[in-house]
Amino acid sequence: MRRFLTLLGREVGSAFHQPLAYVVLFFFLLISGFNFHAGVTLLNKSAGSTTMVEAFFNTVYFWFAFVLVFPLITMRVFAEEVKLGTIETLMTAPVRDGQVVFAKYFGALFFYLVLWVPSLLYFFVFQWITAMSAAGAAGSYLGAYSMLVLIGMFYTAIGCLASALTDNQIVAAVIAFAGILALFFLGLLSLFLPGAGPFVRELTYYVSPVQHMMDFSRGIFDTRPVVFYLSSTLLVLFAVFQVFKYRRWKS
Amino acid sequence: MIKVEQLTKCYGPVKAVDSIDFEVAKGEIVGFLGPNGAGKSTTMKILAGFLPPTSGRAEVAGRDVFSESLRAREHIGYLPENVPLYPDMRVHEYLRYRAALKGVPGRRMNERVGDVLELCGLGDVEKKIIGRLSKGYRQRVGLADAMVHEPDLLILDEPTIGLDPNQIRLVRDLIRNLKRHHTILLSTHILPEVEMLCSRVIIINKGRIEALDSPQNLRARLGVAGQIFLEARVPDAKAAAAEIRRIAGVDSVTARADGAWAIFTIQPAPGADPREALYEHAVAAKWPLRELSRSAVSLEQVFAEVTHAEEN
Repeated sequence: MRRFLTLLGREVGSAFHQPLAYVVLFFFLLISGFNFHAGVTLLNKSAGSTTMVEAFFNTVYFWFAFVLVFPLITMRVFAEEVKLGTIETLMTAPVRDGQVVFAKYFGALFFYLVLWVPSLLYFFVFQWITAMSAAGAAGSYLGAYSMLVLIGMFYTAIGCLASALTDNQIVAAVIAFAGILALFFLGLLSLFLPGAGPFVRELTYYVSPVQHMMDFSRGIFDTRPVVFYLSSTLLVLFAVFQVFKYRRWKS
Repeated sequence: MIKVEQLTKCYGPVKAVDSIDFEVAKGEIVGFLGPNGAGKSTTMKILAGFLPPTSGRAEVAGRDVFSESLRAREHIGYLPENVPLYPDMRVHEYLRYRAALKGVPGRRMNERVGDVLELCGLGDVEKKIIGRLSKGYRQRVGLADAMVHEPDLLILDEPTIGLDPNQIRLVRDLIRNLKRHHTILLSTHILPEVEMLCSRVIIINKGRIEALDSPQNLRARLGVAGQIFLEARVPDAKAAAAEIRRIAGVDSVTARADGAWAIFTIQPAPGADPREALYEHAVAAKWPLRELSRSAVSLEQVFAEVTHAEEN
């Protein structure tokens, strides 16, 4: 456990020790600020049933920043280590492959979660200025943020897999982006195929992050997406572990 | 400390290491010598637990490096060839991280990190970022990392490559001082280094062990005798050379003049040492002597002999 924590500390440190981290943080903040503005504008125009939380997490800007951020966070986790050659010092220390894989994964996930901390401020400001509740109920916050964590876990795992597959960070980013985008659009399949049958609609709902976020940010809790994201994350992490081991032993 | 049996490593069709056997006892410094691409680094990577062998086995401190890799790695301090380090960390941060990773307990952390900082002469750069360090300092950070957990065995892959002569001397002194507490396997292609540091030498070429012995024995075994230099003031250099050639144990003589002095380069017969006879002859002939010496056979000659014999 101590070794895992040491590795995790190193991963978190290295995530913040690079200029890219602050570029990502800056632009992420910029886009989410714009997204907040768009959300407020939307609420002003349509006096309807949506809440601020719902408006914030269901815009095009939100999803744009969301899918873009994972490749940037995860592209370096394995690829950089191989490129620097530090994989050699790392793996000749008495650490298990699994410890390394998990530390890298949770290090990336931690950075992703940090990205969302400022968003809490928006809702606080909204309530403070308008004296209105940003969410219909506490469940709305809970739903939206747990969905952020769940989808984040899955997509971070995909990014880690891409990074474990190649020594080149750019290639890793492209693979991760392509994979995440493919999954994302799979969830929009019923939009592209309006005439599709119930099977396609059912499948689409099962994998659609847009749909899941819509429900959860309204405070509707559904176990299906929870199971889907948790099991997919574990599956992809298992693949990361296998790829990492395979590439290490075959070299 | 190290036991290698029939170790083979193939990269595709290429045999980088070809069924080698050797053992290293506790407290030895063994030099791994060979031209580039001979299989030195590959063997070291296998021993350090980074690469799996294709066949054969290797043990470190009684633990198989493949099947009990984690246990074996606890006993090893490994310095890879190009000294990979994290450029974003500070020196003391890095050493603390590495020490924790290698299981140095928290209460001994300050002591251990302080010790290796001092031992490797890193005291004045401990707060610097590794990415900004010079090559010599980076090398020493790598060494400090290799020994921060007091491993029984140090595996150092070309520890002095790319350093300037002063830094090389520092690193060599450091290694010599480590001898007391550690077993060391180091690779190099700087031959004087091996002569200075190692108690035994393994010469490896094209994945095979060509020679394994102490530097002294290697020299003796190959029977390459060192040349003898004689400087004397003689009336006639040519005549003197002819006289010297007649002395028992002398193979050939060449002479050249240095002012009033003549310098003879004498190749003794294998196994012979005619220095005493030379002295007596000089006394009898009343030649004033300025020098009579014998050059040691350098390992360089041994090395060339061993690695070229194969090719011819």
